[in-house]
Amino acid sequence: MLSRLALAGAVLASGGASTASALETYAIVGDAIPAPLGRLVGNAARGEVLVKDRERGNCLICHQGADPSEPFQGNIGPPLTGVGARLDAGQIRLRLVDASLVNPQTVMPPYFRTENLHDVALPYRGKPALSAQEIEDVVSYLATLKTF
Amino acid sequence: MERDSSKGSALRWIPGLRFAAPGMTWFLSAIVVLVLPLASPALAEIKSGSDFLSPELRRQQADETRNPAFFWVEQGRELFSRKPAGEGQACIACHADPQQSLRGTATQYPQVDAGTGKLLNLEGRIEQCRVERQKQPAFGHETPELLSLTAYLASLSRGLPMQVKTDGAATPYYEAGKAFFERRQGQLNLSCQQCHDGLVGQKLRGDTISHGAGTGYPAYRLEWNDVGSLHRRLRACSLGVRATQFDYGAPEYLALELYLADRAKGLPVETPGMRR
Ligand code: HEC
Ligand code: HEC
Repeated sequence: MLSRLALAGAVLASGGASTASALETYAIVGDAIPAPLGRLVGNAARGEVLVKDRERGNCLICHQGADPSEPFQGNIGPPLTGVGARLDAGQIRLRLVDASLVNPQTVMPPYFRTENLHDVALPYRGKPALSAQEIEDVVSYLATLKTF
Repeated sequence: MERDSSKGSALRWIPGLRFAAPGMTWFLSAIVVLVLPLASPALAEIKSGSDFLSPELRRQQADETRNPAFFWVEQGRELFSRKPAGEGQACIACHADPQQSLRGTATQYPQVDAGTGKLLNLEGRIEQCRVERQKQPAFGHETPELLSLTAYLASLSRGLPMQVKTDGAATPYYEAGKAFFERRQGQLNLSCQQCHDGLVGQKLRGDTISHGAGTGYPAYRLEWNDVGSLHRRLRACSLGVRATQFDYGAPEYLALELYLADRAKGLPVETPGMRR
């Protein structure tokens, strides 16, 4: 099993700003992106749908979600149950936007990044895997998962 | 994830085989298989794809009467002796007693063609014989004929260890394949290595990730309801990480195939395999 994020050793430029060409900009503070992308308001119900959806988020390909009745859940990343207790919204946001900022070797895909990717299939080229609104929806949902 | 749009047409020529809808999502199979939890293997030790199958699927693979891919092997055996239209000769006219003369051949592919210096896989060699020696039009990738002949020839090496050459003229191809394997790619930014070295034995949806040895191909995949080539499997992995899908027989996948075959050195050929 992969180890959890090594937060203690995370080296992030405090207050560093990151700009992706067409994407909403965001500021990193510590190991978090405290402010919602584009000041958008997330919707937890839509976020739950995205997490399960096999075309959009497809998070359960790697993670176990909160619903044990969902068939075929992966065990590559940590379970998502309780993630809202382990991490605050800003920390979750950063891990969705680009988990490689915390762990350069991470297997967790960058969901809000278009740069420094290779051989991206044409339909996806230049686009982030999730839009700013979708990221906020998923953050809202994950933040509600406080119990194990 | 996305659909494996790679191929949906082949093999209506064996009636009754296409019993379920094609085009299911990448990792979803209608068949529920019980997969035993596997311990993470030692890093350097590469295991065959069969070691990651459910016991039931492994039994089915081994049973010639229950592994559908043996239909393709049979068709291939038949095609091998069939004289093509016109002047051309049957394969067997040049390759008498294939059980003996072509035993072990598949263990040495891909290999550099002495004439052209190009890397050829088994499919490529068959097509070369077809065009240059039989004077017939090429079958084309993923045609029932090419899949059958490939499955038949590979089946003649069943149980024999893979032993491709990676030195001399093969070196640049090997290096290119290795670099491809190790490079992160696609919108999901994953390398082959991250899954097929780092995550072996773990669950990606319903699949247990193997070393990606590929020694069972052409294989019958339940998700395809069909036999497909190794390159079709590679296209599915590329699509899975939302990376460019190269053409069947493309130089990128040929080089990758050589690298995979070298990683699988010593593992027995298992064609025709069965996979989820
Ligand atoms: C290809 C596999 C994969 C996919 C797909 C994936 N993740 Fe992850 N995820 C991981 C891994 C592995 C980690 C651990 C990160 C590390 O150690 O670097 C992780 C970590 C996380 C974390 C931090 C958890 C913690 O407790 O620290 C969150 C939150 C998360 N993922 C959410 C998601 C969401 C939401 C999606 C879908 C939109 C998703 N993941 C898709 C593999 C994946
Ligand atoms: C996100 C994870 C992931 C990535 C990245 C990935 N694969 Fe796979 N691959 C799988 C899964 C799951 C399977 C089906 C289970 C198995 O046999 O490993 C598979 C199957 C295979 C097989 C068939 C193995 C067999 O013996 O049946 C080969 C060969 C293969 N992959 C090669 C590759 C190559 C080469 C790449 C990079 C271009 C790659 N994979 C990228 C997950 C992945």
